[in-house]
Amino acid sequence: MREPTLFELSSPGRTGVTFPASDVPEFDLPSEELLRKELPLPELAEVDVVRHYMHLSRYNYSVDEGFYPLGSCTMKYNPKINEDTCRLPGFVFSHPLQPVETVQGNLALMFEMQEWLKEISGFEAVTLQPAAGAHGEFTGVLMMRAYHKARGDSKRNKMLIPDAAHGTNPASAGMLGMEVVTIPSDADGNVDLAALKAACDDTVVGMMLTNPNTLGLFDQHIVEVVNLVRDCGGLMYGDGANLNALLGIVRPGDLGFDVMHFNLHKTFAVPHGGGGPGSGPVGVSERLAEFLPSPLICITEEADEENPPLYGYETPKQTIGRMKAFHGHFGAIVRSYTYIAMHGPDGLKAISQYAVLNANYLKARLEKYYKVPFNRICMHEFVMEGRFEGTDIRALDIAKRLMDYKFHPPTNYFPLIVREALMIEPTETENKQTLDAFSEALIAIAGEARDNPDIIKTAPHDTPFGRMDEVKAARELVLCCWLPENYEELA
Amino acid sequence: MTYIPHSPKERDAMLNTIGLKNLDEMFDAVPAKYRFPQLDLPPALTEMEAASLLGELAGSNETARDLVSFLGAGMYNHYIPSVVDHVIRRGEFYTAYTPYQPEISQGTLQGIFEYQSLMTALTGMELSNASHYDGATAAAEAVNMAYANFRGKRRKVVISPTVHPQYRETIRTYTQGMELTLAGDDANADLQAGPEALVSLVDQDTALMIVQYPDFFGRVFDYTKVIEEAHAKGAMVCVVVNPVALAMFKTPGDMGADIVVGEGQPLGIPMWFGGPSLGFFTTRKKFVHKMAGRLVGETADSRGEKAYVLTLTAREQHIKREKATSNICSNQGLLALASAVYLSVVGKTGLRQVADLCYQKAHYAASELSKIPGVGLCFSQPFFHEFALCLGAPVAEINAHLLEHGILGGYDLGTDYPSMKDHMLIAVTEMNSKEEIDLLVEVIQEAVHA
Repeated sequence: MREPTLFELSSPGRTGVTFPASDVPEFDLPSEELLRKELPLPELAEVDVVRHYMHLSRYNYSVDEGFYPLGSCTMKYNPKINEDTCRLPGFVFSHPLQPVETVQGNLALMFEMQEWLKEISGFEAVTLQPAAGAHGEFTGVLMMRAYHKARGDSKRNKMLIPDAAHGTNPASAGMLGMEVVTIPSDADGNVDLAALKAACDDTVVGMMLTNPNTLGLFDQHIVEVVNLVRDCGGLMYGDGANLNALLGIVRPGDLGFDVMHFNLHKTFAVPHGGGGPGSGPVGVSERLAEFLPSPLICITEEADEENPPLYGYETPKQTIGRMKAFHGHFGAIVRSYTYIAMHGPDGLKAISQYAVLNANYLKARLEKYYKVPFNRICMHEFVMEGRFEGTDIRALDIAKRLMDYKFHPPTNYFPLIVREALMIEPTETENKQTLDAFSEALIAIAGEARDNPDIIKTAPHDTPFGRMDEVKAARELVLCCWLPENYEELA
Repeated sequence: MTYIPHSPKERDAMLNTIGLKNLDEMFDAVPAKYRFPQLDLPPALTEMEAASLLGELAGSNETARDLVSFLGAGMYNHYIPSVVDHVIRRGEFYTAYTPYQPEISQGTLQGIFEYQSLMTALTGMELSNASHYDGATAAAEAVNMAYANFRGKRRKVVISPTVHPQYRETIRTYTQGMELTLAGDDANADLQAGPEALVSLVDQDTALMIVQYPDFFGRVFDYTKVIEEAHAKGAMVCVVVNPVALAMFKTPGDMGADIVVGEGQPLGIPMWFGGPSLGFFTTRKKFVHKMAGRLVGETADSRGEKAYVLTLTAREQHIKREKATSNICSNQGLLALASAVYLSVVGKTGLRQVADLCYQKAHYAASELSKIPGVGLCFSQPFFHEFALCLGAPVAEINAHLLEHGILGGYDLGTDYPSMKDHMLIAVTEMNSKEEIDLLVEVIQEAVHA
């Protein structure tokens, strides 16, 4: 049954949380024409609000409820302690423009986080300011542009992007008016070296590469790829969306990457929040460090025998500027700081080892039933085809049918280079029983595809809502609701 | 292994299924030279140790919890009803992903649809997207949208010098690849001048004019006339607003604005050292296809039940790739939800009460402070809950003195405006009692005459 909207639940004159009366002498309001006439907000009691959202929450699937094998999204378990540490009053009530002396705890934490991310990735410097992965990407591309510009190298306007890339990569380059050159993948799922070689010239800004790529494969010629791009004067951008495969395994900075964004909401366990907020710090090599956004967190006075260091802000010499107001998604940074502190070097390596183990285990269990193109040892995720010869079952149908088995579907129709792609990323926090149950569900669906395809085509059956009419939504464009027209008469 | 559930036996059974002997074999594709670096990080802490470490870090700050705060300038110390965090701490909301699978995401989708509805009601606009990173990036997206609306043929943006300085900086960063001229906010701009001076810069090449309401100094102008004049030149107008002020003042929708954006932090979101917060973005129906960001629309499911889906996704990066208006991929989902919970629980009455308290207390503070000899208000126009005060002494010194008395003073306007050296921006909210305001007045009086 549908939950009414807040506006439908509203009743004229009802109040929820109210505030104390004014304790100062009364001042006149400005003239009438500057004031608003009506404030058409709902009127509810606190219990109405709590029940409304409690009802709505029941319509959501979540990591706390079950397995969420969403490829490229790294839906790992979000530790509860992080939700407590990020809400400590000393963090929550601090204002971003306070004098530095009063927020040394925040600045120490941010400084150390910059240092930790540098160590984990092998980069020379890190900014914590970008608000999300795509925001970090935009930051990275702005720095690449600024680097070439500062060298007077003005004809570089081509960004090389593999055909397996996330959509944000070309969109980020597009935001700066760059020409996107698509580089195909070869038969083993690596970057096609011959095509890359042909595209490399003195008009190349750089390359945006996800490694492991969106097929979940580590590029077997990564050193050659990096060298080709760097030899033509280009810069290497690493998409950090797949960093969960690399912690303590290999550092992108060591491989010769110049810039990479981190997704704290993927690799470092910040919850996804139904779509955000995320956090997208960016690491850079030495040659890009002076272009980082401002401000960075630094030590302004070294520690001595009696005093800890004094932390403050600095502006990189040729900064691209500010990416947002204030210092970044501090609340997310605290969660990830807690998470890294609780893992240490061995724990971080274990994350990637077990993320990769889980993906390979699922692939081994499913490859007899579903076609896995580019089939070799994968990293933290893999892609299989959601179709069966002789049936018209599609990836979308399988995705919807999985909901009846109480699983969130995998990412589908991405990457674009695989037909009817189902992209599966189990993460390290799922146990063998869950993976087995998920495999069995997919194997059962493969059986249904032969014996009872209709049950798949019309799925889901066992969810609070059925398949949606997306065309109606786009055609009618009802994007908000209001209080009913006769609202005041309801009083 | 903190959150890894595998027993050694299970691990070995899984390796056996894959056909491998140990975990390290899975990484043969990684160049041997760089494989398995020893990371120089502190050893792992247990949860108990981590809780204590984080407690120490948080405890070493002095915040609006321990101090009396008059600091605003874009982030405000408001009361957050208890129910807000109770709702957003439900795992069903905060551990869900973007609602790409609407059959099992109606909680998030209806939550965002209601958020969109609340924001249009508050701003007086026709539609709202599902949010941006913060107020500054929402303003930058307004520039992108206006630029796209004129297909890059209008290459000028006129921006008021009284738009938040960090928003203006962000817009400059965002637009550096766009061959766009930003005019109106150079260092010697006349800050006493009203919006009429600004609109004179709008011409046939102008895509967008941006003003703030209340402006960075807290002043409230009726922009109706200048919006009309900008429209006469064919330009669009974006108004950056404080959402709490809209409980009291005429809406930018009523003034004819094309885009209304702002920082949603005052609506039930903690200051959190600057983020994460909430950038809201509202506009007119005719611009819906040009707008960036997620959008939730109403529809019906296969059982005929009213339901919600992400709609018009063809505008977004995962479909349009390099032709997308923006690369935005996430929204501030959970904080959009927080603001919706806040607005629904304070409702029409509570929000107006908050706005009234802010207005009354700020006016009391301004009136008392301006009685101090040598201290005065910089501007005479109507204001909301923030005002610029001329101190005749360096703000840093006064603030150091205030801090000794447990007061977090206002923002130093000299940081961004050379002509406003020795000027402080003071914010007063429902959190400040008369007693606290009186203390502020007393200590400032003492400091300027020390």
